[in-house]
Amino acid sequence: MARKLPSVDVVLVGFGWTASMLAQELTDSGLKVLALERGTWRDTPTDFAVTFVQDELRYYYRKALFQEPAQETLTFRNSASERALPMRELGSFLPASGVGGAGVHWNGQYWRFLPSDFMAQSHNVERYGAGAIPDGMTVQDWGVTYDELEPYYDKFERLCGISGKAGNIKGSIQNGGNPFEGARARDYPNPPMQMTYGPTLFAEAARQIGHKPFACASANMSQPYTNPLGVTLGQCSYCGFCEKYGCGNYSKASPQTTILPVLMRKPNFELRTGSEVIRINHDKNSKRATSVTYVTEQGEEFEQPAEIVVMSAFILHNAHLLLTSGIGTPYDPQTGQGVIGKNYAYQIVSSVDVFFDDKIINPFIGAGALGMAIDEFNGDNFDHTGLGFIGGGYIALWNTNGRPIETHPVPEGTPKWGGKFKKAVAENYLKSATIATHGSVMSHRGNHLDLDPTYRDIHGRPLMRMTFDYTDNEHKMSDYLTDRATEIAKAMKPREFHAKKREGHYSIVPYQTTHNTGGAIMGSDPKSSALNRYLQSWDLHNLFVMGASAFPQNPGYNPTGTIGALTYWAADAIKNQYLKNPGPLVQA
Amino acid sequence: MRVALRGVMVLAIQLTAFGGPVAAPASAGEQSFELVQRGKALVDAGDCMACHTQDQNKPFAGGRRIETPFGTLYSPNITPDRETGIGAWSDEDFYRAMHQGIGPDGARLYPAFPYPYFTKMKHDDVLAIHAYLSTLQPISNPRSNNQLQWPLNHRVFMRGWDMLFFKPGTFAPRTDKSAEWNRGAYLVEGPGHCGACHTPKNFLGADKASEALDGGKLQNWYAPNITNDQHLGVGSWTADEITEYLKTGRNVHSGAAALMSEVVRDSTSKMSDSDLHAMAIYLKDINGKSGTPLPKADQPANDSGRTIYADSCSACHRSNGSGVSHMFPPLAKNANVQSSDPTTVIRVILQGARTAVTDSRPTASSMPSYDWKLSDNDVAAVATYVRNAWGNTAANVTANEVKSLRQHLEATTP
Amino acid sequence: METFDVSRRKLLSAGLGLGSVVVSASTTTQARSIAGAVPWETDQASAPLDALAGASPPASFFTASERAFIDAAVSRLIPQDELGGGAKEAGVTAFLDRQLAGSYGKARTWYMQGPWSEGTLSQGNQSRLTPAQTYRAAIKAIDSYCQNTFSNKTFAKLAEGEQDEVLTHLENGKIELEGVKGKSFFEALLQNTLEGFLSDPIYGGNRDMIGWKLIGFPGTRYDYRDYVSKHGEKLALSPVGLKTNPQD
Repeated sequence: MARKLPSVDVVLVGFGWTASMLAQELTDSGLKVLALERGTWRDTPTDFAVTFVQDELRYYYRKALFQEPAQETLTFRNSASERALPMRELGSFLPASGVGGAGVHWNGQYWRFLPSDFMAQSHNVERYGAGAIPDGMTVQDWGVTYDELEPYYDKFERLCGISGKAGNIKGSIQNGGNPFEGARARDYPNPPMQMTYGPTLFAEAARQIGHKPFACASANMSQPYTNPLGVTLGQCSYCGFCEKYGCGNYSKASPQTTILPVLMRKPNFELRTGSEVIRINHDKNSKRATSVTYVTEQGEEFEQPAEIVVMSAFILHNAHLLLTSGIGTPYDPQTGQGVIGKNYAYQIVSSVDVFFDDKIINPFIGAGALGMAIDEFNGDNFDHTGLGFIGGGYIALWNTNGRPIETHPVPEGTPKWGGKFKKAVAENYLKSATIATHGSVMSHRGNHLDLDPTYRDIHGRPLMRMTFDYTDNEHKMSDYLTDRATEIAKAMKPREFHAKKREGHYSIVPYQTTHNTGGAIMGSDPKSSALNRYLQSWDLHNLFVMGASAFPQNPGYNPTGTIGALTYWAADAIKNQYLKNPGPLVQA
Repeated sequence: MRVALRGVMVLAIQLTAFGGPVAAPASAGEQSFELVQRGKALVDAGDCMACHTQDQNKPFAGGRRIETPFGTLYSPNITPDRETGIGAWSDEDFYRAMHQGIGPDGARLYPAFPYPYFTKMKHDDVLAIHAYLSTLQPISNPRSNNQLQWPLNHRVFMRGWDMLFFKPGTFAPRTDKSAEWNRGAYLVEGPGHCGACHTPKNFLGADKASEALDGGKLQNWYAPNITNDQHLGVGSWTADEITEYLKTGRNVHSGAAALMSEVVRDSTSKMSDSDLHAMAIYLKDINGKSGTPLPKADQPANDSGRTIYADSCSACHRSNGSGVSHMFPPLAKNANVQSSDPTTVIRVILQGARTAVTDSRPTASSMPSYDWKLSDNDVAAVATYVRNAWGNTAANVTANEVKSLRQHLEATTP
Repeated sequence: METFDVSRRKLLSAGLGLGSVVVSASTTTQARSIAGAVPWETDQASAPLDALAGASPPASFFTASERAFIDAAVSRLIPQDELGGGAKEAGVTAFLDRQLAGSYGKARTWYMQGPWSEGTLSQGNQSRLTPAQTYRAAIKAIDSYCQNTFSNKTFAKLAEGEQDEVLTHLENGKIELEGVKGKSFFEALLQNTLEGFLSDPIYGGNRDMIGWKLIGFPGTRYDYRDYVSKHGEKLALSPVGLKTNPQD
């Protein structure tokens, strides 16, 4: 029997980026805020210190910072014609567990989406006609525009000390920035990172063939920085242990390095770790969430009432919790009705390895968001007429690492073991680099999340079931990007190169990105979305759902920047509208 | 911390919290609000909280375990509880304890309670402190027994100690110095009792007066020289930088860690800027003794120390020892790092440290522990390196010193 | 991977084997209420278990004949040659031994609930066997196969060319093994061999950092700022590991 606790103003389910940001904003408004995190407390000197964090085996291959499938996982299938089976080991994506969430182990690659990304449906129809969006592709407009989000992107950039060069300041295109960006009020708070050799060679080659390369915006600090909350970050030291690892010297933006030092000292904030929320309780009559039920590591169950409930537990858990709590209408791919679980999407990535004889690249001097990119082929930055797909992606040479188990490119045709393999690894390790393409995934009718009929989690709840595959749209688009990347590879004049297109079905096995999106999407119409434009649930007006679960489809950029902007946007709506007049902020 | 106040004082304090100063209606037998406020400021300056609090939920209720070279003491309860605290003490009882180191029953107090410093405090300052303490929530917390070595476990022994090493006496301002200097001297030598940590002690635990504030060893830490010594003290700090350090825990030269971070948290960060600046002026006026350090005789290049530094330390402290301003202290030209006694340097490497956190400098920048990672030789090599690189000069650190400290820490850390 | 607070190393140095130390799941996940400050305690870094002074490796997993198989197999996967030592010289067998005896071998973090079904390639590993069980069963089955195919010789006794042949067949899924998939085992073995050849020496492999020296990886250095602008330069940075002496 769950013990009922005294009520709080706000309860946050999961304590990563969005929860930390919201907690900081709402405690400033004087609210009593409680965060419930199923994982442990984690912080730099104890959990990702410079003394031990550079450990490929522990942190990547044995996955020390990530969610354990034994604790929580999902089932997966490519299509409804298959039976979904459990994801027994992590592979394709790496969800986190513990304070800071994936904000601890992300690379720090920062992007804003394009203005047209927020209008993927109406923009494409307007430019290319209704036929641009094939039957079964369920892209939707977001219900919020880039211009509305612009000040909130800026706010997140200042929180994180993003290091980069803006491409479009108030309509004026800036040399060295991304010329395709939406307009912004001012530049990034820190200058771009100093480039290593690989990205420099890429940029030279890209320029040669007529593109406009720019430094990727980075949440690894190019210089020491103190953010508006008064929290200081150090300068990135290019250790090359970024993605999948915590940062040891406070130079990667994360909740720990940007918010928690201030938030944890506030008298109206409390964090409970080892506390997993298993249900959101609600009252259909009042259309409100009433409390959350959580279970501690010791197996005790508690009911925590709250005036406002925020789901900030990462997209996969958000959708799962909504489904298992019976909130909203579950999506049915047969009929296309319902919204919870709808429009699940991901990212499609490919790469081109380049090998030099005469150029020492030293890939181990790296940082998570260190790279040069071109954006000519992202979103609707180029004419798609006759190409047979919509969407796009950026092409970049990221110099994130030279961690040997993970990163030892060998030329095409090299055996995977034996003497020739060993020689190829030895000869190419210091002199190779990889161009990456990072492409959008449009939503499709059959790609969705629901509850598995067979498999259960440790609490006895059904596991979430993921049904997802790429369609022709994604493959055509990704192949197109790979071809464009190959052109740049050639211009780098390597000894040889190896283009690796993304082929066949989506597989849950090899790591790709943790850019899962959808399942509780935002929009203008409760019939086709779970949340309104303020990330407020259409069903329960005191429930807000943060994170990439809100994305109706996934553009060709890393999602964190937009998640940050949306969180601040929603925080504003809660502070300035909802608190004054609790109720639906948008009339359906 | 909840403060239970008597009678009319409740209303006065609460009103004042929201508005400007309020003249409390005076009643016979009640202290004035101004007196209590002055007492609180002095309690902050004296950092009574630190030693007299073991459980943060029971402030001033005593029970803190204090390691001394002579055994372990437990601090008494100074809340107004009548049975287990000082609720039954009169003003004169309290003054006698602070000024002479003698309790109401005539028993001598141990100088772990720094009465040799508090003796300098003016009579009405001491009474102000008593007035403030009387307003605290009485907490029942019976005293734990001290565990001192014989013969110190007999308080009567302290008579002899006091005769040899202690002379009661209120601070006498110097007419040749400014009012600010005198205020600073009063705070440092009186309630601040800085020398209790920062002055070396003789074998019986008394201050070596001729080496005042030259640095002192306690509880397996070394509190550095805080005179104006250019090499080992605050000679290269401006008075404003000293003020900033005391107020926020950090400045461009250093960050307060370990015991000093508690001092910042509980004491100096709550003091006024003018009081802190006065202390700074005073410290800057205490001449250093070490002179210009001689360059060390030809040494073999400290290769292993340099290598360990590059691999394990430069990520935060930078290859040129410059650190990150207000975040990772610079090691180059760092007086603390060059202390004659390397205990703090070794201990910070072994166990890690966290810089003091205040509202103005909230970043909880911390150094991790290296004890599992570096051998005694490694620690000695890198400690020697940082003490002598970038123009620093200090004695080498030996592996035996490291080993010995490890053993002491094992023995004393619970 | 087991981790715990360094303060518990006192238990280890007191001579208790790892089996007697209670190590909770990943890190201690006791429900805790945290408010008022960022938690901090001195000397509480979650250093890797394998790096703690006096940490003795877990009880051996491989039998003598299994060790012989592994020695031989990894020697073919990454052979010794004119460039230097291979997987065997790097101590990959010892690495694997410890991994299989520990939480990796037990699949502690994997979802190991049924029901069990053969999946598509996209659905990943669906075996009900833990890595430890897989290795045990596969080695036995492969040796059996070798004995049947090569005049009663186990894998370790075959000529190098024959060994390569067997490995290639396993890699291509051409050998039917009893109770375990040859292809999956081969993939795991190759992956684990790479791990053993190139992970930090505290785990028992990459002995004397021969893996890192082979490729030119400088190891666990954390600050390359002085080298960022040295485009195209040969840096010759000798490798560094998490511990100066991994055997300490």
